[in-house]
Amino acid sequence: MSENADRTTMSTNDFIKGLWKENPVFVQVLGMCPVLAVSNTAENALAMGLATTFVLLMSNVLVSSLRRFIPKQVRIATYILIIATFVTMVDYAIQAISVELHKSLGAFISLIVVNCLILSRAEAFASKNTISRSALDALGMGVGFVFGLVCLGGVREILGNGTIFNISIFPDSFQEWIIMILPAGGFFTLAIWLLVFKTSNLRKA
Amino acid sequence: MNAPQTISQENTGSMKMLQAMVGIGLICALLIVLTYEGTLPRVRYLKEEALQKAIFQVLPGSNESVTFLIDEAGEIIAQPGKNESVNKVYAGYTAEGRLVGVAIEASGKGYADVIKVLYGYDPAAEKVIGFHVLESKETPGLGDKIEKDKSFQENFKKMDVKLGASGLSKEHPIIAVKSGLKQNSWEVDGITGATISSRAVASILEQSTSEWLPLIRKNMDEFKIKQLDE
Repeated sequence: MSENADRTTMSTNDFIKGLWKENPVFVQVLGMCPVLAVSNTAENALAMGLATTFVLLMSNVLVSSLRRFIPKQVRIATYILIIATFVTMVDYAIQAISVELHKSLGAFISLIVVNCLILSRAEAFASKNTISRSALDALGMGVGFVFGLVCLGGVREILGNGTIFNISIFPDSFQEWIIMILPAGGFFTLAIWLLVFKTSNLRKA
Repeated sequence: MNAPQTISQENTGSMKMLQAMVGIGLICALLIVLTYEGTLPRVRYLKEEALQKAIFQVLPGSNESVTFLIDEAGEIIAQPGKNESVNKVYAGYTAEGRLVGVAIEASGKGYADVIKVLYGYDPAAEKVIGFHVLESKETPGLGDKIEKDKSFQENFKKMDVKLGASGLSKEHPIIAVKSGLKQNSWEVDGITGATISSRAVASILEQSTSEWLPLIRKNMDEFKIKQLDE
């Protein structure tokens, strides 16, 4: 009984920790390149987050199932190979789903390969844990990553474009803060979110 | 005593590494090839569909199109069906068979990568009547406004591209101006925050129209006649 309960808490924990306590964007501050580059609209942020989550899940599962077979010396190269494969597959899949979607994401999809979040989960978690735990870990981190991206994308789109998910929310007289869509706005917004997270975590502790 | 053993151990180590890398590499290659082959027909179909839709969009009122090829002598010939040639244009006709205009593909360097556009040219009025971005990797939220921004699209609804008396070059070059400073119909009203992309579009159109318009005028009859006997 207690063992069962333990296992449940452990697997819930694998999932939950990525959402808040070890949030990849706000706590681990990993994968900043896509976070800053693709978070200028909420829609792009969401699509990018979902694509990353898929790659993260697939690579974690594969790395975890091959963990006894991969020699330690070449593990990083192998992980990159696996990650690159799934990114390429996602790229083709998105092209086959919709030309429009591929158009808006095209340039950033291939950049998922170098997202250090995925590599770090493969190295730090999947290579040492069972397949199911690795899958949960990937899902948790993925959802946390989507959350972080949409937090940034939402703020930047609202202030920089006056819209959220392409829906206008301000009267026409609203003057957009162009800077928020530009790369500099990404840094500002990230800094403010990090501040919010740090203060709220400090208060709790 | 120990030396030979270490070497043999290292050897098995490398063999294992090699096996792992080659094995996984092969699996990965197989996966990629399978996905590519699996999605190719659908991707091709979607791209053709998108192109067809774009042709009708840049030539408002048209609902039939014929592909024309241009040969080395500068002659334009109708070429129905698919082909891979770069030098082609699409003539759009109404249901009654009246020529609406010619859709021309053009491409050039943008801010991030090559921008590929399709624009409609009305030879009777000597105007650009429609514009659509086929492919671009411009910065999402900024440069990609060349695809979506309504007031930017407005530039290409009736852009004056009259040829000069000689029929070889245009009277006015297409140029990009700063947002809000547009005065003449051959100017492209730029987008704030996407100056480079706006300029790129203007120069792509300028280059392509300079190249194609004289050719189209020379072969004007071809476009009209071909449709009649089809």
